[in-house]
Amino acid sequence: MYVATKGGERAIDAAHAWLAEERRGDPAVPELSVAQIAEQMTLAVNRVMAEGSLYDRDLAALAIKQARGDLIEAVFLIRAYRTTLPRFGASLPVDTGTMQISRRISATFKDVPGGQVLGPTFDYTHRLLDFALMAEGEPPVAARAPAEATPAPHVLGLLDRDGLMEPVSAGAETPPDLTREPLELPASRALRLQALARADEGFTLGLAYSTQRGYGRTHAFVGELRIGLCAVEMEIPELGFTIEIGAVELTECETVNQFTGSKSEPPQFTRGYGLVFGQSERKAISMSLVDRALRWEELGEDATGAPAQDAEFVLSHCDNIQATGFLEHIKLPHYVDFQSELELIRRLRRDATGAGQ
Amino acid sequence: MSAFAFTPEDRAQDRAQNRAATLGLLARASGPRLAELLPDLPPFDWLRRPELGAVMLRGRMGAGGAPFNLGEMTVTRCALRLADGRVGQAFVQGRDKDHATRAAVADALLQGDQAGRIEAAVLAPLRAEEAARRRDRAEKAAATRVEFFTLVRGED
Repeated sequence: MYVATKGGERAIDAAHAWLAEERRGDPAVPELSVAQIAEQMTLAVNRVMAEGSLYDRDLAALAIKQARGDLIEAVFLIRAYRTTLPRFGASLPVDTGTMQISRRISATFKDVPGGQVLGPTFDYTHRLLDFALMAEGEPPVAARAPAEATPAPHVLGLLDRDGLMEPVSAGAETPPDLTREPLELPASRALRLQALARADEGFTLGLAYSTQRGYGRTHAFVGELRIGLCAVEMEIPELGFTIEIGAVELTECETVNQFTGSKSEPPQFTRGYGLVFGQSERKAISMSLVDRALRWEELGEDATGAPAQDAEFVLSHCDNIQATGFLEHIKLPHYVDFQSELELIRRLRRDATGAGQ
Repeated sequence: MSAFAFTPEDRAQDRAQNRAATLGLLARASGPRLAELLPDLPPFDWLRRPELGAVMLRGRMGAGGAPFNLGEMTVTRCALRLADGRVGQAFVQGRDKDHATRAAVADALLQGDQAGRIEAAVLAPLRAEEAARRRDRAEKAAATRVEFFTLVRGED
């Protein structure tokens, strides 16, 4: 028997009204503005843009405010919003070689053309709580030095020149799009990179860490990590030429990984690649390690059964909106499903104890 | 000498390059700043009302390899025609319809006899401010450049 139940509306309305009040917090404390979140919670905004897969600072900040700081809920709001937007087209691939660099480091070469630029980093801080931030005061001022117009070519290009580096991958000029066609396996590297670029940071970090601990080890060095503003160019059919339509902040990580050669290839270093919206270097490094681990088959390595080598496992579980949607739905009413379980277990118990005979 | 003469095709290409550079400058500018520099709009008809949408950004695997889809960004586009028939287009990052409208008006005005005025009143300040923002970032970055020095240990 199926019985539909009603009667939740009033409770739901009241729950949402209380949620709105809780979101605001103590009215004696000034309300947080979206602009304040966009300016002062920038790394949270970056994460919501990256995993929401939509570059728009103000919308990401609004989503964070609405979600009371729950970043996965904020990503959910952004994903829902982006489905309402018509697609005008695709940009030309961004040229990260010409980005306006705010941070650029290499863990493999000390002296690189363009230099090592630390940028606004948490590295080398002491991780001690700064109680001065609890008091209001004058904002600190960044140091300045004369800027030289030295180009900063990609570090891996230096190895590439000597033939020590695996050449960059070729592939289709029009890449497959996860947001337009459902994921099919085996997935091309282009599809895997799209999935990883919007994957949950925690999940990607955990998988990348597992490769470092030996589950699909790839001996990664950070050949280069760069963060900066990249121009976005697009061909406009109405105009008949290409224009810049804006600029985005990106984090790019290229890893140099060991490779001992195979029957067909001489020994060469191999590559892992990460590219993420905003300043998100933990995610970019994680992405390149997982990208490299997933390339085992193409590079003639052995399958070790490691989770990070299993494209189906990684791609089916890396999206936090899919994951949270399926996980959290089990808290919604399942009265009828559970009723049938209850009847089944009662019958089994009756049979086991012979009560029915 | 004829090799150095400009052909009509060269001039058309020059105009397209200039227009592309200008449309980029207008797109990268902030909407409120553009409104300050270009407060009054001439009468115009819409060819396409400001429309909000998304553009899929692409990257290249290994920075120089085959493209992949990175994620989308918000973009506003519009097209309009001034009373004298000149058409202006805009494609600007973000969701600011006023920004797109003013960028398209500037694009149209730059194709007529008011080009000099718009160049001086709008484009020149935008260019200078953008250069200042770039310099600001570059100078802060330069201050965090690591100057390695090597400690010599032991005797040679």
